[in-house]
Amino acid sequence: MALVQSILIRRVSAKPGQIFAISVIALFLAIFLIIPAGTVIYTAFTEKGTGALTIVNFVDFFNTDLFRRSFFNSVYVSGMSVVWASAIALPLAVLTTRFDFRGSLIIQTLGFVPLIMPPFVGAVAMQLLFGRNGTVNLILNDWFGIRIPFMEGLNGVIFVQSLHYFPFILINLSTSLRNIDRSMEEAAQNLGSSGVRLFRRIVFPLAMPGYLAGASLVFVKVFDDLATPLLLNVKDMLAPQAYLRVTSVGLTDPMGYVISVILIAVSIFAMWLSAIAMRGKDYSTTQRGGGGLSRRKLSRGESIIAYGVVGLILLLVLSPHIGLLLLSLATVWSFSPMPDGFTMAHYGRVFGESSLYIKNTLIYASLAGLIDVVIGGAIAYLVLRTKVVGRRWLDWAATSALAIPGVVLGIGYLRTFYGVTLPDGTPLATLWVMVVLALAIRRLPYALRACYAALQQVSESLEEAAENLGATKQRTIRRIVLPLMTGGLLAGFVTSFSTAAVELSATLMLIQSNSDAPLAYGLYVFMQSPAGRGPGAALGVIAVVMVALCTLLSHYVIERRQKALGMTK
Amino acid sequence: MTVNINSAALAVSPAKAISISDVNLYYGALHVLKDINLEIQPGEFFAFLGPSGCGKTTLLRLIAGFNNARQGKVVIGGQDVLDMPAWKRDVGMVFQSYALWPHMTVAANVAFGLEERRLPRAEVERRVQAALELVGLKHLADRRPSQLSGGQQQRVALARTIAIEPKVLLLDEPLSNLDAKMRVEVRRELRELQQRLKLTTIFVTHDQEEANTVCDRIAVFNEGRIQQVGTPMGLYEKPANLFVANFLGTANILDGTVSGSGTQRTFEVAGAGSIPIPAGASVPAGAKLVFRPQYATLGTLEPGAVALTGTIAHREFLGATVRYGVQVGTTTVLIDAPFHSGEALLETGATTMLGLKPSSALWLAE
Repeated sequence: MALVQSILIRRVSAKPGQIFAISVIALFLAIFLIIPAGTVIYTAFTEKGTGALTIVNFVDFFNTDLFRRSFFNSVYVSGMSVVWASAIALPLAVLTTRFDFRGSLIIQTLGFVPLIMPPFVGAVAMQLLFGRNGTVNLILNDWFGIRIPFMEGLNGVIFVQSLHYFPFILINLSTSLRNIDRSMEEAAQNLGSSGVRLFRRIVFPLAMPGYLAGASLVFVKVFDDLATPLLLNVKDMLAPQAYLRVTSVGLTDPMGYVISVILIAVSIFAMWLSAIAMRGKDYSTTQRGGGGLSRRKLSRGESIIAYGVVGLILLLVLSPHIGLLLLSLATVWSFSPMPDGFTMAHYGRVFGESSLYIKNTLIYASLAGLIDVVIGGAIAYLVLRTKVVGRRWLDWAATSALAIPGVVLGIGYLRTFYGVTLPDGTPLATLWVMVVLALAIRRLPYALRACYAALQQVSESLEEAAENLGATKQRTIRRIVLPLMTGGLLAGFVTSFSTAAVELSATLMLIQSNSDAPLAYGLYVFMQSPAGRGPGAALGVIAVVMVALCTLLSHYVIERRQKALGMTK
Repeated sequence: MTVNINSAALAVSPAKAISISDVNLYYGALHVLKDINLEIQPGEFFAFLGPSGCGKTTLLRLIAGFNNARQGKVVIGGQDVLDMPAWKRDVGMVFQSYALWPHMTVAANVAFGLEERRLPRAEVERRVQAALELVGLKHLADRRPSQLSGGQQQRVALARTIAIEPKVLLLDEPLSNLDAKMRVEVRRELRELQQRLKLTTIFVTHDQEEANTVCDRIAVFNEGRIQQVGTPMGLYEKPANLFVANFLGTANILDGTVSGSGTQRTFEVAGAGSIPIPAGASVPAGAKLVFRPQYATLGTLEPGAVALTGTIAHREFLGATVRYGVQVGTTTVLIDAPFHSGEALLETGATTMLGLKPSSALWLAE
């Protein structure tokens, strides 16, 4: 009785508008995230043909030599990528946060550069620079008579991935290091500790949560990545296997689904592990007026070493970009340290016949970004500002997309919507709109965080003031909340837009005709053939420039708005 | 804190003196500490008192080794420490934020400094126990700092510092993160502990009440300079300048001019009258008349007192006393009159006579 009453009371407290909003979002998430993901999992556990529940597919999986090898290769590549990404990120993070180092700003900025280009874009360029007959090995061979197998097999994937994803560790670790109050270090010095010992016993343990957050993210990203191994012609890893099974054997083959479930499980496991490791460890200790760790001046000798190390790392980090730029301008580049000659013909070709890719990308990524901001903003408002039943579930559901790799979502869409046909007989799954929805779902968790941050910046008293002066909830949202959230929403849009613009794994599954293809897909197709590398690279350069410009523009707009509103501190 | 000290638990070495001479410190062009000279006696509980930004914490951190003055000397127990790094100084500091490491237990926090000194395990164990017992937190040894209250965290910070048996103890605003009730309790305990350990201690605070109640002597800081050093009573009774008079307790300050010379000097307050200056009194150039609210009377004259005229501007009933604001010339001074039951209070706007003994007045400059 009491329960019924409380439910009734809670019902009453929700406005019709809120109930409508929550229902629409729930329906959207159910159709485009929960059901496709659920279908994939369900299919993995059913017997082919009969539909009976079984785990025989998993037994088959582990009894097949190729799949076992793929599984271990995926784990190995992800683990080693974390190791190498840490090796790159750790010195950079320590140098920029703990020392008076002139290059700090450059490192922090250049550290983000890899993120605006997906790893597979640079993969081919890396082959030309570091491959068996690439620039570096040709030079090494000439001078010392040795070759280093940077790009052979799994090494290539590890190399490309760690260069690409180390910023996740760098950013998280730097933030953690910066959030350590200077008194933490001073207390240790006061008690007689210094140097490496102090770093090992106090500073690094305090930065551990940030490091783990970054490391688990890198692990998951590498584990789920489809395009990079495919482009490097590494097929015995899990994500490529899932793709190949579904595209070559067909949608009814259970192995694609089994691999998908394993991909999901490993993603969740890695995130769970890092969450466990971080539980109760909010080590952010900065005090008011305290300031972060004190920075030490480098001696002359140390400076030279530091600049040397940083220069080398940055050269490595930028090598995919440099290689891509060279490739896009090269006439012929093969078996030589540098291209034979330079030309603009590839750009001409790309703008001529492939402008369709660019147009498609702009449309898809904008729509996906828009969907994300609308849904993310609505969820943020419902969670933070209302008491509607089930609002937390929306948050969890939207965030759970983090654990669904692109290739899995693609397979899920194919399985779920292939049977659904439009009046003219085309299956729903092959419609370009599906690509947009998949991109939106994939990017939603990130946009949602941006929306939360934006709404949290708006003090509730501002809304109460509006209501106190006679504005209804709807009008308060329109006239007070939305204008104040604009900067944050724009940030969310740009994050979604720029990452959606270069996403490939879901797209690869869903695109059926070249005329619907976005830039990333076109790039992938080009890169398949040696003749297409030039135009492919040109397309890659265009993608990087496009994403970079959008990001810069949004930073500029957001900053100006914040200044105008007097919100900058 | 129930202080159960096993006298053998923590060795008490002979207290060390701190001697600071001619210290100057610059942050770029900013002159933060100006010509600091200070002698702190062995075993003394000493306070650095002053408003925020006056340099008191800067000097404390300098003693601990966290700022580098290239001018002057800091000698602790006969040893010049200015060229020593912080981790070699053996100067125990309790941070304002406590700076407990959240990734270590209470016991591990306290053990840290001992482990850094490479003491044998058994000795570390023994001293951790002794230090925790000293602050009454032995039962919380396995907790994390985040599971403790503010007062408990502060005690852990204290235990961590005294476990290394430092030469001197530095306390940076140790009470500022506690609530008002805890503050009174903890400051008594600090005093008790300091007396027991006979540890030379410097206590930084902006709160005159804390300094007055806990410390043997106080150095008053303003704008990077030590204004005066003295006992709490000495500073209150004989402030050296207007800043010290104002910072410790309430002071009334009247502008005026000195006339006459030798033993016949008088201090003239425009529009209110004049007051003779006692023969021995020192009157610096540009001096103003300073007196405490309880040293003047309203309406009556004690023997030897002289009268100034004033007008009651406002009145606050405080229970034991009545605090009047009296307009004297162009200034409003505060007078505390004891309240006697049944007595009529003076009304706002009334003209009155303000009686002041020249002997309880001071003439001070900035």
